[in-house]
Amino acid sequence: MTRTVRLHELANARSGDKGDRLNVALVCRDPSHYPAIAAQVTAERVAEVFAARKPTRVIRFDLPKLAAFNFVLDGVLEGGVNASLGLDGHGKSLSFLLLDLAINIPDSAPVPVRAEKQSV
Amino acid sequence: MDAKVFIGSAAGFAGDRSDAGVPVVEALAAHSGPRFLMYETLAERTLALCQLERRKDPARGYSPALERMLTPVLAQCLAAGIRIVGNFGAANPPAAARRIAGIAQSLGLPVPRIAIVEGDDLSGRLSASELARRETDGKILAQARDIISANLYLGAQPIARAFDQGADIVVTGRVADSALALGPLLHAFRWRADDWGRLAAGTLAGHLLECGAQVTGGYFADPGYKNVPGLAEVGYPIAEIDSNGDVVITKPVGTGGVVDRLTVIEQLLYEIHDPAAYLAPDVVLDLTDVEVREIGKDRVRVTGARGKPAPEMLKATVCVDGGVLGEAEISYAGPNAAARAALAIDVIQRRMRQRVPELAIRVDAIGAVSVLGTSAITPDMSRPEAEDIRLRFAAQSANVTEIESLLDEVEALYCAGPAGGAGVRRHVTPRLASAACLIERRYAEPRVTLVGASA
Repeated sequence: MTRTVRLHELANARSGDKGDRLNVALVCRDPSHYPAIAAQVTAERVAEVFAARKPTRVIRFDLPKLAAFNFVLDGVLEGGVNASLGLDGHGKSLSFLLLDLAINIPDSAPVPVRAEKQSV
Repeated sequence: MDAKVFIGSAAGFAGDRSDAGVPVVEALAAHSGPRFLMYETLAERTLALCQLERRKDPARGYSPALERMLTPVLAQCLAAGIRIVGNFGAANPPAAARRIAGIAQSLGLPVPRIAIVEGDDLSGRLSASELARRETDGKILAQARDIISANLYLGAQPIARAFDQGADIVVTGRVADSALALGPLLHAFRWRADDWGRLAAGTLAGHLLECGAQVTGGYFADPGYKNVPGLAEVGYPIAEIDSNGDVVITKPVGTGGVVDRLTVIEQLLYEIHDPAAYLAPDVVLDLTDVEVREIGKDRVRVTGARGKPAPEMLKATVCVDGGVLGEAEISYAGPNAAARAALAIDVIQRRMRQRVPELAIRVDAIGAVSVLGTSAITPDMSRPEAEDIRLRFAAQSANVTEIESLLDEVEALYCAGPAGGAGVRRHVTPRLASAACLIERRYAEPRVTLVGASA
């Protein structure tokens, strides 16, 4: 049996830009979730998530020793920070677009750990 | 030498905090051995903006951040023997060196030995058409008339030579960000220029340091999921590197933030494309075998960097005039706000189709709290008002008249648009377009000049 969680429950992400190319690093908080994410967060699925931005190419690089992935998406930044008309020409917020994905994990998988609400 | 080298990072971009370096310098001062403080302050566009400054005033054109960032730490660095390296020379390293000497004098300090690294500036050496032929993708340069800035990324060797010559402070223009750490390491450890494994390790250390707090809990916090204690006083990183290239990332005791496996991996992969081939001027870094291990509180060891021979070509960033960006905003709030905002969009689109039909206009509907909040309190983001919409219209053109036309139309919504339109703001911002080029190594002619105390 499996249950569905948001990728945000399992992984961290940070995006960065070079010109019109975006990279999103996806890091498993618990390395035991790496196989499930590897099977489900494919380059094809990420291309679907970003479909509105019309990527010309999406590549996933796997980093098993880090329990991480690096997604590289070409042509998704409307020309990049010096050409985009949007507020986020760097694509810095786009890491959280990826983290909105739904993921199925086995019921036996560790329950995602949520830290105590942060006191500031 | 067997001792460790300590490299602290005090800035990850030109807009970084002025006081970031203070705890880093205090921590470095408590160590012995070779210690360095690095500043990365040159985003792609920053150098072009500095070049425009230099055109207006030959005494300027260095990073505007230099003065506010160096002033709080210069005395302690010089007293403790902590040497400084930064790319804050931007478009005018000699002027930056003079300014640093001036800061030292105004603080009553002896004038330090300052070395400048030049040779990154390609202006006058490659024409616009020669640069256009070397553009890697896109065709920005083919239509460009005026090249504002063209700079290739120098490597770590000239920085190492500058320290070899006894510099207390090394001021560069465009260098690879990671070279700001690799340069001090080449100087301290005498690594050979073809010792690819160690050069890769030093490049990795530089990559982890180059964005300041992004490796120590900055740009990481996500309350409830990724808690970061003391974010308001986040400590900036210090790397401890041994002669084999083993890297430990840590931060000053008593500062906020966190250094753990997850903060380090996020920065490790930041702005990386192929992890097996991160191109730097001195080496190609392969990250695929890197391991990240927590070895103590806020101490993470990073090992396993592999290196391949340096790339044949060097990257350059070229900036040209990009016209102007125009932005205008207006808010609609309360009952039926969404319908009134939609009507305002329709009005603008109809009128602009008649006036500047070819102008591409972006519309954002920003839906948080704005006109219904006040400046006196922080908006309560846990209960955003459902009907408080701020429209943002944006367009770009080489023709400022076209842009003014859009902004005028948005402003005219005040009297002629839907009911309740409020809070118009309009801005026109000059833009720079940037292109990446690959340049033959023969155009890199790094020069190191010692100025300051010895001059």
